[in-house]
Amino acid sequence: MTAKTISLTLKVWRQGRGEKKGCFKTYAARNISTDMSFLEMLDVVNEELTKKGEEPIAFDHDCREGICGMCGAMVNGRAHGHQKETTLCQLHMRHFSDGETIVVEPWRARAFKVVKDLVVDRSPLDQLIQAGGYISVNTGGAPDGNAIPIPKKTAEAAFEAAVCIGCGACVAACPNASAMLFVGAKVSHLALLPQGRPEAARRVQTMIRRMTELGFGNCSNEAECEAECPKGISIVAIARLNRELMKAEFL
Amino acid sequence: MNWFFEAFSTAIGKKLLMAVTGLGFCLFLLIHLIGNLTVYGGPGVFISYVTHLHALGPLIAVAEYGLLFFAVIHVSTGLLLFIQNRRARPIGYAVKRNAGGRTIGSATMPYTGLIILCFIVIHLLNFKLIDQTPQTVFNTLTNLFSVLSYILVYTAAVIAVAIHVRHGFWSLFQTLGVNHPKYMPFIQGMGIMFSLLIAGGFGFIPVYIGFIA
Ligand code: SF4
Ligand code: FES
Repeated sequence: MTAKTISLTLKVWRQGRGEKKGCFKTYAARNISTDMSFLEMLDVVNEELTKKGEEPIAFDHDCREGICGMCGAMVNGRAHGHQKETTLCQLHMRHFSDGETIVVEPWRARAFKVVKDLVVDRSPLDQLIQAGGYISVNTGGAPDGNAIPIPKKTAEAAFEAAVCIGCGACVAACPNASAMLFVGAKVSHLALLPQGRPEAARRVQTMIRRMTELGFGNCSNEAECEAECPKGISIVAIARLNRELMKAEFL
Repeated sequence: MNWFFEAFSTAIGKKLLMAVTGLGFCLFLLIHLIGNLTVYGGPGVFISYVTHLHALGPLIAVAEYGLLFFAVIHVSTGLLLFIQNRRARPIGYAVKRNAGGRTIGSATMPYTGLIILCFIVIHLLNFKLIDQTPQTVFNTLTNLFSVLSYILVYTAAVIAVAIHVRHGFWSLFQTLGVNHPKYMPFIQGMGIMFSLLIAGGFGFIPVYIGFIA
């Protein structure tokens, strides 16, 4: 089987490290195999740029199999591109057509500063976790794994939220640059399980306040996040977050 | 009491304020629509409805101040959210496409809200803050609807309300934490039905006055 190849025009956001401003630069991506992922296509472009003595395009990546949450960029105005429930590293070039022009931009939010080109600083998501997205485990003997029975339905609901890889696409896609889906996923994951209950009230209270302090916007139920989340996390997680906050503040 | 105001100043607290006041306005719209259906009964029925309504006295005053209080909260919180949310993304995208979550309603909430606010001011000036003694309220209605520009303003406001409610209705349930795949489609459907009912119910009044009555 001979692999199909396509050629594309890329408009990529370039911004030097420490620079306040950037601009779009146009590049040609020639003879790209449709079996390649979007990141592999960028690798090819970067190789050419390096050969020419130009600075390659900086982008974040790690696992390249859709599980680590490091990659991500806006591709033609869509977070991680237009494929549903797909990270940028898992977006394949067969979803693009020959001769297409593709605009590639970094995540945009006040909380996410551009580090370089397509790389943004997503440490505010880590700071949100530090604000309460954990359970405190005291020292002592390892507890028996099955000591606390958890109904299968509950375990599954918690798992559906726990699949969040912290990529930040929800923030990038949200018209308000809100991190509600991310916070909702963390709060849901932990509040559903008995181990997470003792700290549930404090967790939601500190995380939601931290979200605003870090410069994220407020949710207005646009539901763009759930449409772009590569892990298919639903805004049901946000409804649960709202319930948890109401419980914590008023009950 | 400090904890109380503090809770409502959080990102979710502000949403709750929007949701609860919005629910109040949905109920008001429904009652207002039911009352206005008496227009279709002709001047006699409509005037008797208005007289009966005003005979409620203190109850009406409570409702009016309640609505005013809700409006102050809804508008000021909405404005604050609008400003904060704009500030959350100082540099926008060169290209941005919707992924399928956004609707016309959700994308235009602040703007339809502003149109509704302007119309409410006009509406109160026309019906509430004028001396109704020289003519009956039905005459006020027919006079207004004989002016084409007023009909256009009114129709624009009705459309704005319908679009606003299209997003607001399901959204308030989501904010109050009432979202489950089992019944969310039903709430979504109810929201669309409700906004169509509002659009049809209020929107048909000038047609009735102009062509049928
Ligand atoms: S909720 Fe989804 S989009 Fe948001 S950070 Fe987690 S995986 Fe990414
Ligand atoms: S590189 Fe790990 S999810 Fe894309």
